[in-house]
Amino acid sequence: MKDFIIPDRDYGTPAAKSDVTVNLLVDGIAVSVPSGTSVMRAAAVAGISVPKLCATDHVSAFGSCRLCVVQIEGMRGTPASCTTPVAEGMVVHTQTDDIARIRKGVMELYISDHPLDCLTCAANGDCELQDMAGAVGLREVRYEPGANHFARRDAEGPNPEYRPKDQSNPYFTFDPAKCIVCSRCVRACEEVQGTFALTIEGRGFDSRVSAGMFSDSFLSSDCVSCGACVQVCPTATLIENKVIEIGTPEHIVKTTCAYCGVGCSFDAHMRGEEVVRMVPSKDGKANRGHSCVKGRFAWGYATHQDRQLNPMIREKITDPWQVVTWDQALDFAATRMRKAQADHGVDSVGVITSSRCTNEETYLVQKLARAVLGTNNTDTCARVCHSPTGYGLRTTFGTSAGTHDFDSVEETDLALVIGANPTDGHPVFASRLRKRLRQGAGLIVLDPREIDLLKTPHMGQGLHLPLRPGTNVAVLTSIAQVIVAEKLYDEEFIKTRCDWDEFLAYAEFLLDPRHSPEEVEKLSGVPADGIRAAARAYASAPRASIYYGLGVTEHSQGSTTVMSIANLAMMTGNIGVPGTGVNPLRGQNNVQGSCDMGSFPHEYPGYRHVSDKATRELYERVWGVPLSPEPGLRIPNMFDEALAGRFRGLYCQGEDIVQSDPDTRHVTSALSSMEIVIVQDLFLNETSNYAHVFLPGSSFLEKDGTFTNAERRINMVRRAMTPKNGFEDWQVTQMLANRMGANWTYTHPSEIMSEIALTTPSFAGVSYDLLDREGSVQWPCNEKAPLGTPLMHVDGFVRGKGHFIHTEYVATEERSGPRFPLLLTTGRILSQYNVGAQTRRTDNLVWHPEDILEIHPSDAENRGVRDGDLVRVASRSGETTLRALLTERVAPGVVYTTFHHPTTQANVVTTDNSDWATNCPEFKVTAVQVSPSNGPSEWQEEYGHHSEQSRRILPAAAE
Amino acid sequence: MTTPAISADFSERLAAIIDIHKDREGPLLPILHDIQAEWGYIPEEAQPQIAAALGLTRAEVHGVVSFYHDFRDHPSGRHVLRLCLAEACQSVGADALADQVRAALGIDFHETTPDGRLTLEPVFCLGLCACGPSAQMGDRLLVRANLAKVQKLVAEAGA
Repeated sequence: MKDFIIPDRDYGTPAAKSDVTVNLLVDGIAVSVPSGTSVMRAAAVAGISVPKLCATDHVSAFGSCRLCVVQIEGMRGTPASCTTPVAEGMVVHTQTDDIARIRKGVMELYISDHPLDCLTCAANGDCELQDMAGAVGLREVRYEPGANHFARRDAEGPNPEYRPKDQSNPYFTFDPAKCIVCSRCVRACEEVQGTFALTIEGRGFDSRVSAGMFSDSFLSSDCVSCGACVQVCPTATLIENKVIEIGTPEHIVKTTCAYCGVGCSFDAHMRGEEVVRMVPSKDGKANRGHSCVKGRFAWGYATHQDRQLNPMIREKITDPWQVVTWDQALDFAATRMRKAQADHGVDSVGVITSSRCTNEETYLVQKLARAVLGTNNTDTCARVCHSPTGYGLRTTFGTSAGTHDFDSVEETDLALVIGANPTDGHPVFASRLRKRLRQGAGLIVLDPREIDLLKTPHMGQGLHLPLRPGTNVAVLTSIAQVIVAEKLYDEEFIKTRCDWDEFLAYAEFLLDPRHSPEEVEKLSGVPADGIRAAARAYASAPRASIYYGLGVTEHSQGSTTVMSIANLAMMTGNIGVPGTGVNPLRGQNNVQGSCDMGSFPHEYPGYRHVSDKATRELYERVWGVPLSPEPGLRIPNMFDEALAGRFRGLYCQGEDIVQSDPDTRHVTSALSSMEIVIVQDLFLNETSNYAHVFLPGSSFLEKDGTFTNAERRINMVRRAMTPKNGFEDWQVTQMLANRMGANWTYTHPSEIMSEIALTTPSFAGVSYDLLDREGSVQWPCNEKAPLGTPLMHVDGFVRGKGHFIHTEYVATEERSGPRFPLLLTTGRILSQYNVGAQTRRTDNLVWHPEDILEIHPSDAENRGVRDGDLVRVASRSGETTLRALLTERVAPGVVYTTFHHPTTQANVVTTDNSDWATNCPEFKVTAVQVSPSNGPSEWQEEYGHHSEQSRRILPAAAE
Repeated sequence: MTTPAISADFSERLAAIIDIHKDREGPLLPILHDIQAEWGYIPEEAQPQIAAALGLTRAEVHGVVSFYHDFRDHPSGRHVLRLCLAEACQSVGADALADQVRAALGIDFHETTPDGRLTLEPVFCLGLCACGPSAQMGDRLLVRANLAKVQKLVAEAGA
């Protein structure tokens, strides 16, 4: 879908929320708007554009530019329309002779301190100052040249007021010479992003935009490069480097970001098939016009030189790659898969779907396993992140998904954030939460680290419960005990929505002294008072919400933790109303979707068990083949079976299991033992080092499809450019399936979605037409909810009665001891994403060039480790080396790192412990020892060598 | 962040100043005044620490510090002589007086004498418009100023 650029209408000031409607007359046009709306916005609603420079509907009105003045009958003078609220019966004139004179005078002043290099300016054609000069009919500037901020030199030498461009940020340039000091950037940084990195320094003629303090640059300041300032800048003062390089875009393709589970809507501003910039869509229902550094700027990987565009094969994983035709590669892959099945049985092969690919692509890959290979051996990377969410929420509430939409955060009175670091992992959601925190909502953080959310500027005091990794269940159960003991629960809610007797049994379980805050303090290190304070705050807030991340799920008790979270929400009645709920923050863009699409070995799309006869018969009818009623292998089981010689072939789409799965050595030996490993990816990732077939993948910019975000929102992904590898990923899967005897004839992903809607009740109403019309919908979307379901469990739980599960704390087997006295926990950083395959191939490296080990200064001192030293981290599984950062952000006894860089391979250290219910690996707790080091570990050297060898590519054979 | 490492003493003294005012409504300006009284200027190194203590960011603190001309970004001389250059004083010869004073002291506005005794600053209105040109040094105000009176004021202060 291509549009000509019509910039999203800017109404000048944000929409007002009110039940009262006000009627007024603007330039003779009658208009009705909610009370509290500005005169400027009311005029815009009437289709009248009032000239403006400092106003934009991204931020609240400021009233500084004086260009938007109007005349209002019965009112003295010329009020600014942006700061004047409408009143009943108001009669507004936006164009009179007096106003025209004032506006011209104001524009003359602006232009007197602005370089008139419009023709060569990067914002030429996209500049509001230019537009306004035109709108007010500016024809001359009467001021003599004088003191100014733009000329490098004046008659007497260098101009002391001139400051050079700040090009420290890799993605945008700040040119103070073009600044009109409208403060839009400062206000966007504060109101939209919530970082407060910018300010106006000085006063009067000396006023300038400053990032951080005088000595700071944009890069050294608190700036997180979200792009909000660039987006609102009316001139070329803050502008994307790509626009400087390329020029203005000529059409827009609306699509969805392919990074985290927030699922931001973006407008891809294109010139031909080249992306000029990605701008967050104001009508995006997840992001409401905001973005983070990844989605906004870090898309250059899609055209990175490392990208492999040709299919390749090799006999053995020690051989160099041989570039071949698609036919050769697909034949080779199909023949080997079928041979493995002939030699070792139908169930000796399997597939891994990707949480980064579209729903349609995921659906096809699991269909390939079930309908073509004839096995339920399909799994997805959600196994290693949010599978406990699926299990836990399904058991307690009845659906494997979060309960609320992101808009709901605007109404919450208290947010309990557990095992998540939203400012880094889900930045756009974090900005929305921070906005609410600044408005006075409370914050409780349950996390081993003091995360940045706790340092939100202009927030009240947050409560931090710094627990020892692995003790989530103990602390949450203790919080529940306090709620029960102090009778803070919502009896009416429990009686109507859950089973009262079941609750009483759970209460009895909770009241056992072993769950008391004092006992749990001994286990978890969280002060008993903190547990009590958290319980009281959560239970007494009128609307309390829970947001959690992988710090909840990636534990041996991940599913139990999810259920204890659900219990808290149920016993306090925090479900079914905006501002409440239980909301997992999904790691990858389409984790929710890949789970929905039947990627798991025991479930068809829509979470229906493979042993369910009716569902199986439905798919047998639609797919026209008999299907197996036996659940297949989970990812860890595939590895175990491979090492036992019984699992011989794997088709892995868009996931780097070598880097992202725990206990790397176990994974690589399993892969090395297989006969056929097919990797489909943009890059020769770490897993491809163990592959026999490489099928080049396509980026999100090159295909049509849908992603489903953490709030169950199905968002459209639209093709902005031709796939550089020749095919969209679903086409590749279809070709592979057809080589193995299928007869698939999909010509467009919309046909795949039709099949999904036909066979999956919760998707029954979904179609591309609907998505085009509505922008996005949240499942369930069917006859009962034709436009989707923003809030779930409103009148009753999906499963009927909410189910209280007893949540006994069982300590993980992974315990610190004399040999491994520290607990390692892992996570993410803002500028990098997952295994880094994408973000490492962008300028985001300036923020995070390598993985760093965070260690408390006292632990470091005991070990003779200084800040910046190379250290060795060893566990029972393996060891690696990386640099240390001394910080009190982690408690003594805890160390922390990220897993973005393959040279570090943090997962060499992690163990194969996993969640009891879903096998989700225990990434978040590994007992380790840290010691000073001189260089890379033996594993790193060995792996580096293997990696180098296995990435050799021979050119295609001459014809 | 490019802030140089700051000494423990400095940081401790700063923390003490912040503590005095932290719980007041609008604590930032009183803190800045005390800092300027202590060190003669607002060291940039102080700004992140103030920001962290007050739940602000260093950009915001910088915005406030730079807004007020009275907050200095480097130490002044022992004494500060302010000459009013606002409209009323200008109309009775403040500009000419300023030229004479600059020539006599051998320094320009915002500069300090080489011996570090005196800094010259312009000021925009001391509220003595009826009897300009006016000047100020420390707590002493001077009206109907001329070069001789200014020099006497400077000499008396031992500057």
